[in-house]
Amino acid sequence: MKIVIVKYNAGNVTSVLHALNRLGHQAHLSDDPDTILRADKVIFPGVGEANTTMQYLRKKQLDQVLIQCQQPVLGICLGMQLLCLYSEENDTECLGIIPQRVLKFNPTKGEKVPHIGWNNLHLSPKSWLENSIENAYAYFVHSYYVELGPYTAASTNYINSFSSCLAKDNYFATQFHPEKSGKVGEQILKNFLAL
Amino acid sequence: MLAKRIIPCLDIKDGRTVKGINFEGLRDAGDPIELGQRYSEEGADELVFLDITATHEKRKTMSALAHAIASNISIPFTIGGGISSLEDASVVLNAGADKISINSAAVRNPSLINKLAQEFGSQFVVVAIDARLEENEWVVYLNGGRLQTDYLLKEWVLEVADRGAGEILFTSMNHDGTKEGFADEMTAWISTHVSIPVIASGGAGTAQHFLSVFQNGLADAALAASVFHYKEIEILRLKQYLSNSGISVRQ
Repeated sequence: MKIVIVKYNAGNVTSVLHALNRLGHQAHLSDDPDTILRADKVIFPGVGEANTTMQYLRKKQLDQVLIQCQQPVLGICLGMQLLCLYSEENDTECLGIIPQRVLKFNPTKGEKVPHIGWNNLHLSPKSWLENSIENAYAYFVHSYYVELGPYTAASTNYINSFSSCLAKDNYFATQFHPEKSGKVGEQILKNFLAL
Repeated sequence: MLAKRIIPCLDIKDGRTVKGINFEGLRDAGDPIELGQRYSEEGADELVFLDITATHEKRKTMSALAHAIASNISIPFTIGGGISSLEDASVVLNAGADKISINSAAVRNPSLINKLAQEFGSQFVVVAIDARLEENEWVVYLNGGRLQTDYLLKEWVLEVADRGAGEILFTSMNHDGTKEGFADEMTAWISTHVSIPVIASGGAGTAQHFLSVFQNGLADAALAASVFHYKEIEILRLKQYLSNSGISVRQ
């Protein structure tokens, strides 16, 4: 199986590579359109700021590549947010693959932002996460969230309920970091690789 | 619900986990990667590795350490001990660390906090603060409590948060090593005066101490070393106890 991790100017992808290694898979980093389009699985990770990242993706024409993908694509954290329509983070138009919006957490009772740490996943029925455990904990680090909508595959409560996983056609995404979520994260990566 | 975090801390010298007994003589507590894996399997939520080796090739050893941890452990981890520049931080980030912890470098050069937060994001920057209660005032110390600074803890935590720190790791020198409980009152003060998570450290001796620092100290996470290294407290059972006592923990 050829797994390609989209290489761009965002954060640390080493952890994703390591997590796949632990599952016995060798992944490759690439920003070459052909390599990405020919892969069996594409992983689109991300830590960073939405606007700068979208500008970079457009400059490298990776936005077009991501939209054209036919194989399973997994967006992680910022990668998930960029698959959506629009982000309130610096008023950014995103890839528009999943028609849901990315909003800023608005603490009402002194809750801390970013949302950092382990929180529960409430799975939507028949999602690609089905052999993950209901209420399982996953590791989150984010200040913006994807609102609930028709493509929500799991939800999590922090300040309000938000989409912690998405699925639409061949696009899948997690707001949390499966590569940092212990056994639960490993199971979710396995589910994705088995699609 | 967002879970309260339990964080074992590993001090590393020359590639081995060590623990000082009453601030003297270092006792060997094993291979840091094996120990980290054990903690991860027992339910630790995160790990903190502090490299206390004094060497000219610090950056190289810290990078090798981060790489070894990241390849073997599937939970988030922080690396600290002598990170004093953007270059140091970048090296450990690229080697796979999720966060860095800075202490002396932040006190000596506070704008480093801003620079790190701008470059890598606040979530990457943990500011560790060691402080001691002296005549009703908490004073910030460096070098494991040997060097007093001009900072009062209450001023420093606000400044650190304002400059973009993602989390504060507060160690009470009065409580550290005593096994008589965390500095609940001061931890609660910090937690209610900053809008970033607070990790309490120093004084863990029993499971009740952890409960108290979450309930009374309003800590977001609690860190300890020797009680875990020497199996005085088992993380799995600690979490069962906390959960039975109404604290939200990952199990």
